[in-house]
Amino acid sequence: MLVYLIRRTGLALITGLAVLTLVFCVVRILPGKPSHVILGDFASQAAIDALDKRIGLDRPIPVQYLDFMGKAVTGNWGVSMVTDRPVIAEILSVLPWTLELTLAALLIGVATGIPLGVLAALKRNRAADNVIRVVSLVGLSFPAFVSAVLLLLIFAIELGWTPVISAKTGSFKAWAQSLALPAINLGLINAAYITRVTRSAMLEVLHADYIRTARAKGVPWYAVVWRHALGNAMLPIVTVIGLFLGILIGNSVLTEIVFNRPGLGKLIVGALSQRDYTMLQGLMVIYTLLVVAVNVLTDLVYGLVDPRVEIR
Amino acid sequence: MSIEAVAAVRPADRAGRPMDAFRSNKLAALGLLLLASIMALAALAPLISWHDPAIQDVVHKLGRPSLSHIFGTDEFGRDIWARTIFGARVSLMIGFASTALAVLIGSCIGILAGWYGGRLDTFVMQVMDVLLAFPSLILGMIVVAMLGPSVSNIVLAIALTSIPPFARIARAPTIAIKSRDFVDACRSFGFSTPRILLGHVLPNIVAEILVMAALWLANAIRTEASLAFVGLGLKPPIATWGGMIREGFDNILDNPWLALVPGTAVLVVIFALNLLGDGLRDAVDPRLKDAT
Repeated sequence: MLVYLIRRTGLALITGLAVLTLVFCVVRILPGKPSHVILGDFASQAAIDALDKRIGLDRPIPVQYLDFMGKAVTGNWGVSMVTDRPVIAEILSVLPWTLELTLAALLIGVATGIPLGVLAALKRNRAADNVIRVVSLVGLSFPAFVSAVLLLLIFAIELGWTPVISAKTGSFKAWAQSLALPAINLGLINAAYITRVTRSAMLEVLHADYIRTARAKGVPWYAVVWRHALGNAMLPIVTVIGLFLGILIGNSVLTEIVFNRPGLGKLIVGALSQRDYTMLQGLMVIYTLLVVAVNVLTDLVYGLVDPRVEIR
Repeated sequence: MSIEAVAAVRPADRAGRPMDAFRSNKLAALGLLLLASIMALAALAPLISWHDPAIQDVVHKLGRPSLSHIFGTDEFGRDIWARTIFGARVSLMIGFASTALAVLIGSCIGILAGWYGGRLDTFVMQVMDVLLAFPSLILGMIVVAMLGPSVSNIVLAIALTSIPPFARIARAPTIAIKSRDFVDACRSFGFSTPRILLGHVLPNIVAEILVMAALWLANAIRTEASLAFVGLGLKPPIATWGGMIREGFDNILDNPWLALVPGTAVLVVIFALNLLGDGLRDAVDPRLKDAT
């Protein structure tokens, strides 16, 4: 297990460096220089040159690349061009909000998606299955900001169950209220994806011989379904949950904006609109780290779900 | 297997299949119908709406639905229905263009990587995996912010994030096909590589690519709306669904219709495309029937 872990972590680090390289390339290859974008169309050449010098864009590309990678790895992400505070401090101050939201959404997604997917697979082609399939398709058709606006309109404005503006002020109740709607919004979209993949993974295993054997041996039906079948269906489910992280992160940005919740999403939209170049670079590094961390976590869960993984 | 055994197995095997096919086709047909209706509305927008989507009428701003404005008016007094159907043009155009670009580039990359194999293949597919790992909306936001929000830049940004899946889906069958006898036959006739790839490999994988395209078209339209919602869409006064929802959200206490009408529009288009994509996939590849 240890060897497996070390090797997976090593691979993840390589992926991380590759993603950082990609981020660097995307920013540099694109036409339109950052200084030009920051200063606007009417900026003088001298001003552009000065800004280039300040953010280091006047140096040769390989030097910039090594500098970018070095700083990314050592956590020296510079100072925000708008607030003048260290980028890493700004990011770390809102990171817990985003993590809290994403984890709660993941929990809601797994807790509703897996049982619904199992139910749909067991009731294949019957009414329950049809309803679950159509509802989950509607769920994954929702742009996150549309569902967020809808939830806000119904539960905060019409029914008044939660405050319209999230405020995490001390008490547990206030915290739960501020988290509830954003987490439900992200969680239900997640659940739609998880339901579909659970259903198809369960359908694959339910026809396997060992399921028939287990039933023939007299293993109770619920144990066959939840232990034998779901146990083996978990691998593809975990893979897909890991892959959906990209979508989850994109959706969390939209959700944070609608619910006016602090977090990476609001930070990146602010950085984009204010052309905070250093902040953007820092955010891209943190998103890369998140992607890599989830890759490692997914692998860890593989080890937990599938005993065979240890041997490899 | 004896004939009796085949006969005994077949009916059980097929039980429910015709029903399945019927049901999935019915849903796909519904998807096609919805999509066609919205395309028709978008195409005929100037004929259907009796208001110009950009003309402001501040006296009647934030109006509730009425006979003249069936879904009310926005904060500048512009007709919401007119803006929604004109917004469909933007969404569909950017969606189709970016998906077409991604299909074109992605398939070329996938076919070439699969065909030539070796180091090129390994390298290219690794780049694709890395591109796939980064959250696509974030990448799209960065690209549009760097380039500026014009139609071509938004198309480019969305296409960039959708290339990897097409490269993957084109590569796998290319690898399978290149060792088939008919490809050897083509070679022995002295056909050039481009001729074999375009004339003999491409037709064999085009169905899978098109199914994927339907599903990614849904994604492209969602991304365009999301970009517009965060303020990276086409500049006003052009009506975009994402932009309308954003403006509507700002005035949601005065008139919820502002956000609900374009919100429903974008939901219906994406849902229609997902239905269509699912149905097409079932039709093209029965093996994948239950895969997501």
